[in-house]
Amino acid sequence: MSYQMSDYHYDNQTVRKFIYSSIFWGVLALVAGIWISVLFWAPGLNGPGWLTYGRLRSFHVNVMAFGLVLGALIGIFYYITMRLTKRPLLFPRVARSTVYLFNLAIALGGWGLLMGYTKSLAYNEFEWPASLLIVILWVLIAIVIFGTVIKRKEEQMYISLWYIIATVVTLAVIYVLNNLEVPAGLFKSYSIYAGVNSANVEWWYGHNAVGSELTMATLALFYYFLPKSTGLPIYSHRLSIIAFWSLVFAYLWTGAHHLVYTPIPDWIQTVAIAMSIFLIAPSWGSVVNGFYTVREDWSRMRTHYLTKFFILGITFYGLQTVQGPTQALRVVSSLIHYTDWVVGHVHMGAMGWDALVITGAIYYIIPRIYNTEIYSEKIANTHFWLVLTGQIIYSITMWIAGIQEGAMQKAVNPDGTLKYTWDQIVSKNIPYWQIRTLGGIIFVVGMLFFVYNVFMTARKGNALAASKA
Amino acid sequence: MAKNIYSKPVLFTILAVGTVLVGTLVTTFIPMMTAQMHPKLAGLKPYTALQLAGRDVYQSEGCPFCHTQTVRPLKTEVERYGAYSKAGEFYYDRPFLWGTKRTGPDLAREGGKYPDAWQYAHFKDPRAFSPHSIMPSFGWLQDSKLDPAQVQTHMNVLGFPYTPADIQALADKTRLDALVAYVQTLGTAVTRKAAVTAAVTVKKVHIKNPLAGNHEAAERGERLFEQNCEACHGKKGVGYIGPSLKDKNVFLYVKGNVPDDDYFDIIHNGTREGGVEDGRKEKGGMPSFGETLKKDEIWSLVTYIRSLQGEKEE
Ligand code: HEC
Ligand code: HEC
Ligand code: HEM
Repeated sequence: MSYQMSDYHYDNQTVRKFIYSSIFWGVLALVAGIWISVLFWAPGLNGPGWLTYGRLRSFHVNVMAFGLVLGALIGIFYYITMRLTKRPLLFPRVARSTVYLFNLAIALGGWGLLMGYTKSLAYNEFEWPASLLIVILWVLIAIVIFGTVIKRKEEQMYISLWYIIATVVTLAVIYVLNNLEVPAGLFKSYSIYAGVNSANVEWWYGHNAVGSELTMATLALFYYFLPKSTGLPIYSHRLSIIAFWSLVFAYLWTGAHHLVYTPIPDWIQTVAIAMSIFLIAPSWGSVVNGFYTVREDWSRMRTHYLTKFFILGITFYGLQTVQGPTQALRVVSSLIHYTDWVVGHVHMGAMGWDALVITGAIYYIIPRIYNTEIYSEKIANTHFWLVLTGQIIYSITMWIAGIQEGAMQKAVNPDGTLKYTWDQIVSKNIPYWQIRTLGGIIFVVGMLFFVYNVFMTARKGNALAASKA
Repeated sequence: MAKNIYSKPVLFTILAVGTVLVGTLVTTFIPMMTAQMHPKLAGLKPYTALQLAGRDVYQSEGCPFCHTQTVRPLKTEVERYGAYSKAGEFYYDRPFLWGTKRTGPDLAREGGKYPDAWQYAHFKDPRAFSPHSIMPSFGWLQDSKLDPAQVQTHMNVLGFPYTPADIQALADKTRLDALVAYVQTLGTAVTRKAAVTAAVTVKKVHIKNPLAGNHEAAERGERLFEQNCEACHGKKGVGYIGPSLKDKNVFLYVKGNVPDDDYFDIIHNGTREGGVEDGRKEKGGMPSFGETLKKDEIWSLVTYIRSLQGEKEE
C-alpha cells in the first residue's frame, strides 16, 4: 500500500510542535546567554537566588542543549524517519505524547536549575526527577523510531538513518550510565561515582553528549538536507560508510582529553589524546563528502539559498574537528585548558555548525509541512549573515582572550616568581568579554529574524489552507 | 555483506551498540573495576555536616563554572596554588567538582589560606579585595538558614559519620557559614605550600631593606598595599582582619621593634597557627605573597609600612 499526504498530517503536527517548543526554549536560553555575558563585565548586576551568574549559566547551557537542540532534533528525526522509511510514524500517539513529556522535562529541569537544584555534571545538570523524565522520553522516542524503521517501506536505510540510530543508542547508553545516582530528597541526589572515577565517567559522558547530539545527530540532518536543498546526490556512499563506522567507534575513547593533567591515570589521558587525533579522519570524511557534493555545481550557493547554511555549517565542523584534536595535545592543553579559548571552541561548534544546520533544516521543513513557500528568502539571508558575523566575533575574541589568559597565568619574572596577580589577568579580559556580548547580540538578532521567518511562513500556510477550505 | 546490514535495522543496531561499547568499556568501565580509580589519601576525612551543607551550596550557586579544584603538575601552577592535586584527595566527592574554566583562581588549596573573616568579607564584597573581580557577591547567602533535617538525610545517604550534636549545631547556621566551612577544608589533606615556601628560609644574618627610606619605593608600596593588603589591614594599615601595622614597637602582639627582614619574611611566607617568627608566636591567617610579589615589591611594602610607622623618607 502507498500512503497519501493526509496520512502524514497527524505526524507533521508532532514535528511542528517539537520545532515550536524548541524555538520557545531556545529564545529563553539565548536571552539567558546574553545576560550572563553581560555579568562578565558588569558583575554588580548579579542578584540573589536565580539572578546570580552560577544559576543562569547552568540554565543557559542545559536549556540550550536539551531544550533548543534536542527538541529540534527529535522533531527533525521524526520528519526524516518518515521520509526515509516512506511511511508515517508507527505509533503516532506515542510520538505526539513525547512532545508533552519533552516540554515537561525541560520546564522541570530548567526551573530546578534556577532554584539551585543541580547535579553539577556538565551537560547533565538537571536534577534526578527531570533526568528520569528524559530517560522515559528517550525510551518512547526509541520505540517510535525503531518501530517505524523496522516497518519501513523502503528496503535500504539511507545514511541519515544510520546516524539517527547511532544517536539514539549512544545517547541512551551515556545518559543512563552517567545518571546513576542516589536521590537524597526531591531535588537532590549524589552520584554513585566518586572522585577521579566520577570525573572519568562524566567526561566520557560529556564528550559523547557532544559526539551524539552535536555531531552524529547533526550529521544525520546534514546528509539528508544537503542533497534535498541542493538537488545534488551525496558524493560518495563508500566514504559515508567508512566515516560513519570510524566516527562511532572512535568518539567513545576520547572523553579524557577534557582531563589532561588532572589526577586521572595517565594512560587514560594518552589513549584519549591519540584517539582524538585519529578522529580528524572520520570527521573530515564527512567534510570532504559535503564539499565534493556541492563541487558538482557551486552556483547552487547562489541559486539555492539553503546550500550556504549547510556548506558553511560543514566548514565550521571541519575547523572544529581540527581545533579539537589540537586542543587535546598536552602542550596545547597546558596553555588553553581552563581558559576562554575553550569557550570559543564550543561556540564555533554550537553557533557555526549546529545552529546553521538545524535552522537550515527547519527552513526546509516548515514550508513543506504547510504546503507553501518560505515567507522570505531575503530574511533568511539576513539571518544567515547575522549569525555568521556574530559567531565569528564571538569565537575570535574568546580565542584571543584565552591565549592571553593562559600566557599571563604562566608568565614568570626572571627570578622565577609569578608575573601577574589574578586581578590583573581578569582586568585584561574585560574588553574581550564586552566584545563577546556584542557578537552574542548580533547572533541573537539573527536568530530572531529566523523565528520571525518561520512564524510568517506558518501564517502564510494557514491562510492558504483556510482559503482552500 | 556491507550492503546487507543497511537493510537489516536490528543487526545494524546491534553492531552500532557493540561499536560504541568498545571504547566505553576500555576507557571507563573496566578501569572502574580496578583500585586505581578509587584511591584515598591517608589524611583525608569525610565531610562534616556543616562542610557537606557548604558543598551543596557550592554546587547550587555554580561556583565550579568559575573555579577549578585541580592543580595541574605544571611549574607555574604549583607556584601559584601549591602542591599539585593527587588522585586520593577526592575519595568522598560525589561527584567531583573540578570544573572546566578558571574565571577565578583554582580553589584546590584554598582551605586555610585566609582566615574565616576574610572569606566572609570577600563573599560579601569581592571587589573590595580585588578591584576587577567579576565574582558575584554572595552576602545574600546569609539570609537563609540551613535545614538540619535535610542535611542529616544527605549525611545518611553518603554514609558520613556525625553526632546528633553536629546536626543540632546546624540550626542557627546560614548557608554562608556552611560555604565558608567547606571552602576552608579544600586541600587540607595535603600540605599546602610544600613545594614553595621551603625556598626562602629564615636568615641567620639580618638583611637590611635595600629600599629603606626611598620615596619612590614608598609610593609603590602604597599602591601595592592598597591592592593586596588593605582588605585585611585596613586603610593605611590601621588594622581590621589583620593587626594594625602602625606601631613599630609591636610585632606579632609582642612589644619591641624588629628588623626589616622580619617584615620581609612575614609578607613573603605568610603565617600559620603555631608558627614562629623572630621568637614570636603566630596565630595564623596572614597569606604568603612570595608567589605573587617580586622581591623589590615586598621591600617596597616594607618601606611603606615603615613610613606609616613614622619613619622619614629621603
Ligand atoms: C563569575 C565567576 C565567579 C563565580 C561564579 C564565583 N567566583 Fe569566586 N572568584 C572569581 C574571581 C574572578 C576571583 C578572583 C578575584 C577575587 O578574589 O575576587 C574569585 C575569587 C574567589 C576566592 C578567593 C581565592 C583566593 O585564593 O584569592 C574564593 C575563595 C572564591 N572565589 C570562592 C567562590 C565560591 C565559593 C563561589 C560560589 C559561591 C564563587 N567563588 C563563585 C570569580 C567567580
Ligand atoms: C587575608 C588577610 C590578610 C592579608 C590580605 C594581608 N594580611 Fe598581613 N596579617 C594578617 C593577619 C591575620 C596577621 C596576623 C598574623 C598572625 O597572627 O599569625 C597579619 C600580620 C601581618 C604582619 C605582622 C604585623 C604585626 O605587627 O603583627 C605584617 C607586617 C603584615 N601582616 C603585612 C601585610 C602586608 C604587607 C600585606 C599585603 C602584601 C598583608 N599583610 C596582607 C592578615 C592579612
Ligand atoms: C574531532 C572532534 C573534536 C575533538 C577531538 C574535540 C576536542 C575537544 C577538547 C580536547 C576539548 C576540551 C578543551 C579543554 O577543556 O581544554 C573540547 C571541548 C568542547 N568541545 Fe570539542 N572537539 C571536537 C569537536 C567538537 C564539536 C563538533 C563540537 C560541537 C559543538 C564540540 C563541542 C565542544 C564543547 C561543548 C566543549 C566544552 C567542554 C567543556 O565544558 O569544557 N567539539 N573539545
